Amino acid sequence: MSALQHFLAMGGYAAYVWPAYAVFFVVLIADSIAPALRRHRVLRELRARLARQSARQQRQPPPATPSA
Amino acid sequence: MSDWIPLWLHKLGSPPTFYRFAGKLQPWAMTLALLLGAVALYGGLLLAPADYQQGDAYRIIFIHVPSAWMSMFIYAVMGVASFVALVWRIKLAEVVAMQSAPIGAAFTFITLVTGSLWGKPMWGTWWTWDARLTSELVLLFLYLGVIGLYHAFEDRRQGARAAGFLAIIGVINVPIVHFSVNWWNTLHQGSTVNVFGQSKMAWDMLWPLLTMTLATKFYYAASLFRRARTDLLDMEGGKDWVRKIAEDEADR
Repeated sequence: MSALQHFLAMGGYAAYVWPAYAVFFVVLIADSIAPALRRHRVLRELRARLARQSARQQRQPPPATPSA
Repeated sequence: MSDWIPLWLHKLGSPPTFYRFAGKLQPWAMTLALLLGAVALYGGLLLAPADYQQGDAYRIIFIHVPSAWMSMFIYAVMGVASFVALVWRIKLAEVVAMQSAPIGAAFTFITLVTGSLWGKPMWGTWWTWDARLTSELVLLFLYLGVIGLYHAFEDRRQGARAAGFLAIIGVINVPIVHFSVNWWNTLHQGSTVNVFGQSKMAWDMLWPLLTMTLATKFYYAASLFRRARTDLLDMEGGKDWVRKIAEDEADR
C-alpha cells in the first residue's frame, strides 16, 4: 500500500474521519461566503434606492422650505 | 457616555470608524486563521501518531474539540455583547451580538456532526441522550432561537434587544455544557486538555489541537468583522458614509 493510500485509509476509519473534516470545511466556507453575498445585495439595493430618489427629484424640484 | 471609557474606544464604537478598523484587521485575521489551520492539519493528520486505543479515528478531535470550544466561547461573547447592548444601548454591541449568532451556530453544528461521526465507531451509536450531547444540542437551539427572534421583528434594533435578552438568559447553558462531564457520569469522555494543570495528552497530539483552537479564534474574528461590516452598511443605508461606499463600488 502506498503512503498516500495508507494516509487516506485512516487506519480503517476513513468513512468517519473524512466526512467529519468535510463538514468542518463546507460549513466554514459557507459561513465565510455568506457575508460577501449579502454585502453585494445590500449595496445594489442601496444604489437602486438612491437612483430612484434622484430620478424623483429631477422630475419635480423639491418644494421650497417653508419659512418658520 | 461616562468619563472612564477611553476616547479611542468611544470612537471605535462609531459605525464608520469600526467599519474601517474591521476592514483593516479582517484580512490579517483570515490569513492567520488559514496559516495556523494548515499547520494544525499537517500536525494533526500527518505528524501526530495514531492513538493506542482509538487508532486513527481520534483525529476527529482536531476539529471537534476546537469547534466545541468556539461554540461556547462565541456564546459567551454574544451574551456579554447583548448585556452591553441592553444596558448602554450601543449599536455596535448589538451588531456584534447578533452577527456572532450564525457563526456560533455553525460551530455548534460542526461539533454535533463531527461528534456523531466520532461516536459511531467508538461508542457504536450516532447519538445518545448523554448530558454533554444534550446540552450542546440545547446550545444549538439557543443560537437558532436568538437568530429567529432577531429576524421576527420589523424593527432591527427592537429585534436585537429581544434576541439579546434571550441570549443573556441562555448563558446559563454554557457552564452546563462545560461541567456536564463532571456532574453527570455518562458516555462522553471527560476533559483531556486542562488549562491549569497537566493535560492528559501527548505533546505530539496536543500542539495541533491548540494550534487549531487558535486558528478557529482568528477565523471567528475574521468572520465577525465581515458580518459586522455588512450589517453596518445595511443598518446605516441612509448615511453619507455608506452612500459613498455604494457609489465607489458601483464605479468599479
